[in-house]
Amino acid sequence: MSTFFTILILFFIVTAIWQIVKIYDLTQVNTVAKDSSQIANDKDNKVNGYLMLGFLIFIYVITIICFIRYGDFPLMSNSASVHGSKIDDLMMISMVLIFFVQTVTQFFLYYFAYKYKGQKGRKALFYSDNHKLEFLWTIIPAIVLTILITYGLLTWSDIMNLDQDEDPMVIELYAQQFNWKARYSGEDNALGKSNVRLIDIDRANILGLDEFDPNAQDDIITTELHLPVGKPVLFKMRSQDVLHSAYMPHFRAQMNCVPGMITQFGFTPSVTTADMRETPEMVEKILNINNIRAEKSKELQEKGEEVLDPYEFDYLLLCNKICGKSHYNMQMKIVVETQEEFDNWINQQTKFKNSLIAQK
Amino acid sequence: MSEYIEIDPKEDHGHHHKETFITKYIFSQDHKMIAKQYLITGVLFMGVIGILMSLLMRLQIAWPEEPNIIFEFFLGKWAPNGVMDADIYLALVTMHGTIMVFFVLTAGLSGTFSNLLIPLQLGARDMASGFLNMVSFWLFFLSTVIMVASIFVEAGPAAAGWTIYPPLSAVELAQGGSGLGMTLWLVSMAIFIASSLLGSLNYIVTVINLRTKGMTLTRMPLTIWAFFVTAIIGVISFPVLLSAALLLIMDRSFGTSFFLSDIFIQGEVLHYQGGSPVLFEHLFWFLGHPEVYIVLLPALGIASEVIATNSRKPIFGYKAMILSILAIAFLSTIVWGHHMFISGMNPFLGSVFTFTTLLIAIPSAVKAFNYITTLWKGNIQFNPAMLFSIGFVSTFITGGLTGIILGDSALDINLHDTYFVVAHFHLVMGISALYGLFAGVYHWFPMLFNRMLNKNLGYIHFWVTAICAYGVFFPMHFIGMAGLPRRYYTNSNFPLFDDLADTNKIITGFAIVGGLIQIVFLYNFIHSMFYGKKSPQNPWKSNTLEWTASMKHIHGNWKGKIPEVFRWPYDYSKPGYKEDFVPQIKPMKKGETEY
Repeated sequence: MSTFFTILILFFIVTAIWQIVKIYDLTQVNTVAKDSSQIANDKDNKVNGYLMLGFLIFIYVITIICFIRYGDFPLMSNSASVHGSKIDDLMMISMVLIFFVQTVTQFFLYYFAYKYKGQKGRKALFYSDNHKLEFLWTIIPAIVLTILITYGLLTWSDIMNLDQDEDPMVIELYAQQFNWKARYSGEDNALGKSNVRLIDIDRANILGLDEFDPNAQDDIITTELHLPVGKPVLFKMRSQDVLHSAYMPHFRAQMNCVPGMITQFGFTPSVTTADMRETPEMVEKILNINNIRAEKSKELQEKGEEVLDPYEFDYLLLCNKICGKSHYNMQMKIVVETQEEFDNWINQQTKFKNSLIAQK
Repeated sequence: MSEYIEIDPKEDHGHHHKETFITKYIFSQDHKMIAKQYLITGVLFMGVIGILMSLLMRLQIAWPEEPNIIFEFFLGKWAPNGVMDADIYLALVTMHGTIMVFFVLTAGLSGTFSNLLIPLQLGARDMASGFLNMVSFWLFFLSTVIMVASIFVEAGPAAAGWTIYPPLSAVELAQGGSGLGMTLWLVSMAIFIASSLLGSLNYIVTVINLRTKGMTLTRMPLTIWAFFVTAIIGVISFPVLLSAALLLIMDRSFGTSFFLSDIFIQGEVLHYQGGSPVLFEHLFWFLGHPEVYIVLLPALGIASEVIATNSRKPIFGYKAMILSILAIAFLSTIVWGHHMFISGMNPFLGSVFTFTTLLIAIPSAVKAFNYITTLWKGNIQFNPAMLFSIGFVSTFITGGLTGIILGDSALDINLHDTYFVVAHFHLVMGISALYGLFAGVYHWFPMLFNRMLNKNLGYIHFWVTAICAYGVFFPMHFIGMAGLPRRYYTNSNFPLFDDLADTNKIITGFAIVGGLIQIVFLYNFIHSMFYGKKSPQNPWKSNTLEWTASMKHIHGNWKGKIPEVFRWPYDYSKPGYKEDFVPQIKPMKKGETEY
């Protein structure tokens, strides 16, 4: 029955709009009988000229509203990794630049549209070329972009070319539909060999490690990612089925996980989870989120459903490459902690050689 | 060069006298009829489907948990009790992208206006090969039918995103939509590419060979330049996608391993060994990025023509405009890697692609500045087409500027596949190209149907659409910068994003209004097609050749001789002439200089 009503309602809405337009169309015939050419006249030019000016203001207003509402730029300050602030600086410079260009060019576009709105009998200026002017606005973007490209490339190679002397801790991020696993390389800091063909669910060899590889023996597989603060980490990404992308927004880090191939990304976490929760930006953000959740909970309570828990901030690893049905819920908690806390935690985890179930 | 053959239309087209309904309206070889066929199939029919899908997605994003009877109506078994299935959300994402990018903005836009304008603005009686042109349309029609049919497949249509990255698209176990739905998608695209290639070859040959006397390359309207270069990019890049599609079909059906390796899924190891999904990404984006310009360049061309005509001024920097089209076309073929900065390819390649990508900003900036200068001291006639062209320049700037951020590999690390990207490409290629398309329809409707569109409905259409376009996509940048990934069925599993839910509702509100207002355009289009006011010969007082042709559609376009061309098409408000336009067919006065 409800389907029938939906069809009816949708049909009525579309018909209503259609009819309103038709009525409007018909009224036009009588009122503007003098000029039914459907070509813009002076009145149209005037009205639309002012609307152009109005639209310029609309663009500025929507820009200002967006900046006020979301201008804390959660992804432009408060990065939790060492290289993150470099990305944030580059982002800020680029944003200021495009904001400036946007404001100025949109102004000229709409202002000229308003200023030179057509009038009968006026003639436009025949102005077809000016090489100096064109040279100017070729060379200025070229210079600005050269600076931006150089800056961007330096940042990029800085991030992507890992310094092997730093002796980073090697961790594997393992993606599968639809969850993440982390594999720590253990005391030898070398990951054991692996291949999906070695996966043996019955024996709990879920990542397909080579059980005869000495490097694999002390590997540790976990479902939560813990990182010691201030220590460089090198992630080796692997996927067992389809493309996934390991996205860690707070660390300004992302790399695809490709089946049949190992990709990598390295960074140094610089703020512990506990410290991040204390930062004023985060306190404010979480307070806001919890207010929203409290309100939602009230609604849910009235309906007799379960209420939402208050939210406490944690770093996250999200999947950011379309990977199937539950793509929207493929996440892993990341905890950044002191070396001491980290050592405590990792010592409680089971090593690979101890996690295998003996064959019957 | 100086030998032009005069064709007597009576002699050449004598055999067409006995036209049946079928040869005139269905299997027509006349470029004007084919243009109309593309417009109605590609733009109106597929456009409505594409917009409807986007509205369903927006409703889902704004109110993810609540059952919605609209879903139940449109999605049927895929929305049990009005709750959308997660797989079908991805299917909507995929089909919306595919339909909009390929069917509406590639075939719809190029198919309509290249077919209509290339012969008319060049002074040709028809396309170089009318028969190929007909075949091209009917292949396109076939691919449309297959693509639409794939929506109704039992396990759902393709749902791996419009980029159909394997293994998700290749392995049926990975996703329901990767079965028959994906097969149909690939078959449809293969046919589509064949159609597109036939069309493009025809455009290129026509532009090179069938220009009328006096129509040198530097006297061609910028529309033709844009269509010409678009066709060239299409011929260069579409075959690569065809090869990718064929290899993917082989991987899916014949057990090869071009793109697949080491896959363990649902408890079973698949036999694939040695392939690489990254190879597919390279092949896909070798078309995928030029595709952006295949969509955008025709819109740029249309905007150039409309802005010059309605400003009553020559387009500023005609030659710079041509050079920038060529520069954009060249650069567009060497920037595909910027979609793959974090795909796992060598970071050094990332540096190279950052460099080439940011170079595109230079010709684009030249174009934007030239448009603005064209408005300066003009006598702007705000016909609906002009509004859409100005809107085009505006969204082209807004969307293009954020490209500077995304093209920068270091910044892309953090913004890749977030809503920032969605906002960027919708503004710069989606909305901009749609504006170009609308500008074209409003401007050349008299040429297509010999009737005028209602201008007041056009004004309403533009202003509401313009406000909604910014309302939808401007805030989207900010939720992207907050780290929200795209293609999420719901964000409710991430309390971190709870504070963005309000914004998503506002965006959906704008999207619904913006979608529904297109009904005004549809009404205007259909009503005016039959009952619109009859168009005068040259309603916009334009210089180009098409307005000298017979407004009533006849074979061969011109009664009698083909006109000869004596000047470039942008002599608006030229000193020394009483009228503010000097058609291309007017001979030069003594001592008058061109440009």
